[in-house]
Amino acid sequence: MQISSMDIPIERFTLPNGLTVILSEDHTAPLVAVNLWYHVGSANERHGRTGFAHLFEHMLFQGSADVGANEHFELVQRAGGTLNGSTWLDRTNYFETVPSNQLELALWLEANRMGWLLPAMTQQKLDTQRDVVQNERRWSMDNQPYGTWWERLPALAFPAHHPFHHSLIGSMSDLDAASLDDIAQFFATYYTPDNAVLSIAGDFDEAEARAMVERQFGSIPRGAGKPALPDMAVPSTYGSPVREVVSDDVMLPRLFLAARSPVFGSEAYYAASVAAGIIGMKKGSRMYRTLVRDQQLAAEAQAFTYDLAKGSDLLVVDVTARPDTTVEQLEEAVHAELDRIVDTGVTADEVARVVTMIETDLVATLQSASERADKLSMFATYFGDPGLVNEQARRYRTVTAEQVNAFLRSRLVRANRATLLYVPREVDAATSGNELAMAEAP
Amino acid sequence: MGNGMHLVVAPVTKLPIASVIVIVEAGASAEPTGKEGVAALTARLLPEGAGDLDGAALAERFERLGASVESHADWDVAAVSLTALTAQLPAALALVRDLLRAPVFPEREVARLKEERLAELLQQRAEPRGLADEQFARALYAPDVRYASPPEGDSGSVRALTRGDVLAFYAARYRPAATTLVIAGDVTQAQARTLADTLFGDWVGDSPAPVVTAVDTAQSGRLTRIVSKPDAPQSELRVGHVGLARGAPDYFDAMVMNAVLGGLFSSRINLNLREAHGYTYGAFSAFEWRRGAGPFVVSTAVKSDVTGAAVREILGEIERMRRDEIGEEELTLATSYLDGVFPIRYETTAAIAAALANLVIHALPDDYYDRYRDRVRAVTTRSVLRAAQAHLHPDRMRIVVVGDPTVIATPLGEAAGMTPDVMVPERMERPA
Repeated sequence: MQISSMDIPIERFTLPNGLTVILSEDHTAPLVAVNLWYHVGSANERHGRTGFAHLFEHMLFQGSADVGANEHFELVQRAGGTLNGSTWLDRTNYFETVPSNQLELALWLEANRMGWLLPAMTQQKLDTQRDVVQNERRWSMDNQPYGTWWERLPALAFPAHHPFHHSLIGSMSDLDAASLDDIAQFFATYYTPDNAVLSIAGDFDEAEARAMVERQFGSIPRGAGKPALPDMAVPSTYGSPVREVVSDDVMLPRLFLAARSPVFGSEAYYAASVAAGIIGMKKGSRMYRTLVRDQQLAAEAQAFTYDLAKGSDLLVVDVTARPDTTVEQLEEAVHAELDRIVDTGVTADEVARVVTMIETDLVATLQSASERADKLSMFATYFGDPGLVNEQARRYRTVTAEQVNAFLRSRLVRANRATLLYVPREVDAATSGNELAMAEAP
Repeated sequence: MGNGMHLVVAPVTKLPIASVIVIVEAGASAEPTGKEGVAALTARLLPEGAGDLDGAALAERFERLGASVESHADWDVAAVSLTALTAQLPAALALVRDLLRAPVFPEREVARLKEERLAELLQQRAEPRGLADEQFARALYAPDVRYASPPEGDSGSVRALTRGDVLAFYAARYRPAATTLVIAGDVTQAQARTLADTLFGDWVGDSPAPVVTAVDTAQSGRLTRIVSKPDAPQSELRVGHVGLARGAPDYFDAMVMNAVLGGLFSSRINLNLREAHGYTYGAFSAFEWRRGAGPFVVSTAVKSDVTGAAVREILGEIERMRRDEIGEEELTLATSYLDGVFPIRYETTAAIAAALANLVIHALPDDYYDRYRDRVRAVTTRSVLRAAQAHLHPDRMRIVVVGDPTVIATPLGEAAGMTPDVMVPERMERPA
């Protein structure tokens, strides 16, 4: 099976205003995906404005100079397209997939808000989207069992004031403080063509697409530059175990464990990614076999990498207890299993299992134009090289058991384990009273 | 095929990959009374031991082929599915044959999967969305209707299930004549046929008894219920009633009507609750399409102190849908979206296989997808109004809210026009 024969085509150019443009033609279906990455995320937020990058993403659907509120959604759906946006720690993306003949509509909508957002911004729109986002926070975190792990785990794994330490969704009070001035300032600083990558994948003509991009985006002025992020570097391990116990409205204990690991895309990342797969990808993984199938202490077990491209990545293990498993048993069993894999190492067979599954996933993912465009934007944004999308399978195939074992011995040691343990509220008084106090004094 | 098994193939040659779904007439609707959950348990046990291989070995074999297998049962059918690179497809399908034709159902795995289901049910007690869905179903259907309890069974029924129940359900339901193999991807018709004949051609068995999906839709009257979650920062809302079956003659009218009401981001309910009022992160309506009449439900989560106002807006939008013809612009937004998005929905082999499986499950004609876009475009503002008047029923609206009764009971009662009953979910026992 020759994965290399499936390379996706890549054309790249840059507009005079600094906008990086990636084109990838494919005429198998009459559709085209447009994907825009801005190199800004929650890491860029200033003190007192946690959650602002994401709130700002919501405001980008509230219209621009020539587009009414919610008209962006309506125009794309009326054209038979799909769309959305998302915010992450170090990037924000916006994307549409539309029938081939609607490419310029998608480009016009993206260009109009990149160039002329501010005339459409009003206090009322900001107030409404603040309410929407605060409800998003309640829905995804505050009223959801274990929901706060999204903000507690990075807070545990990165030191205070590190750009990845604070909450992506933001605190209620910081969201309350966001103003129209913040919108204008954030827009001018980060939403500029030279801080963005535009990818187009699917059924289009290259010359026509180039002309459309130049027509729609060409007149948007370059930005004045953005402030550099503070130093993202952290030590490769915590130095000693980190632990937080949270008493919550949950029925079963659940443990999240984060180890600092090599940043996404680095040479060492691929061994870490394979290690995560051996530990917790699907039913053939170590955690599933041992804790779920054999010992029957856990109802669910998985592991994955966060895929952070700056400072440090995190390898996360996530295990939920069975009803008859105590908090102590759960924690001991997870640590024991990790100790065992560090001590005895993994085999070439285990590496092969994970690499084969990842290869199938890579091919399955590339079927979708939207996914191809997103991957192109990602590799161009993080590494300046969209061609890396065609290198991933090869990089995984070169990972050896020795590399995985070297990673495990250096990074999965107890001194590099941050444990976040959720405990049902009514049992904690009896079994974990001491830790309760700890959890309530963050 | 000669043994009554069906084969559906969709060649897609873009990439060397293929998706398989095997569907069996073995869903929850086929369960004997008192054995609720046995369909899901049986389906989930298929990869937990087959032929000479135990569950761990089977998982290992599949995953070494890069093809992790999933098996589950919903209301209508059981399904086993996987995606693999073409080169690995024959080996992966041979394993699928083993788990369909020679499952072992080890006692230990039966016990383990029962315990995992009980753990899931326990979790749900503290999970507002799952709890709201479960309690909404119970508020919709009479207790003896299968749709009243979860397809995977509740704690009482799951506890009582035995390996004998699983063996009996498997023997009664897993037959070649009740099975369809769907393959979408980089294979030819001839290759697929050869594979199917080789692996399943000698599987014999009589046709199983037909499944009768009987649902009592004759419930009447309104209901307003609070499922108590003290101090909840949000109320999880479910508003609706028994909907209609997938086979309804005016399916397209009802689907487009729902798209306008609450199916799309730009729908009336979402624009009202989210964009005009900021009550919620999102609000949507849906008909749950099953062989029998599944729920029609409006779902959202709103800040606790606007629970009554949100319910009033939802009920108002439903009334308006029944009262006035929608505008031409609203109609074309929905129909041009559903029409245009068609190729985008079927970009992957997994999506194509699922769409073909859907034809089989609901006995839709072979040219269904060829005619789909025409039928969407044939919907009119008049036919949408007729569908709204026929299928939205304010007089039997069931309102279920998981939230804090001390905050929401009074405003909710005012909005619903009746005093809500308050239910305190039982805390299942947990060993100390």
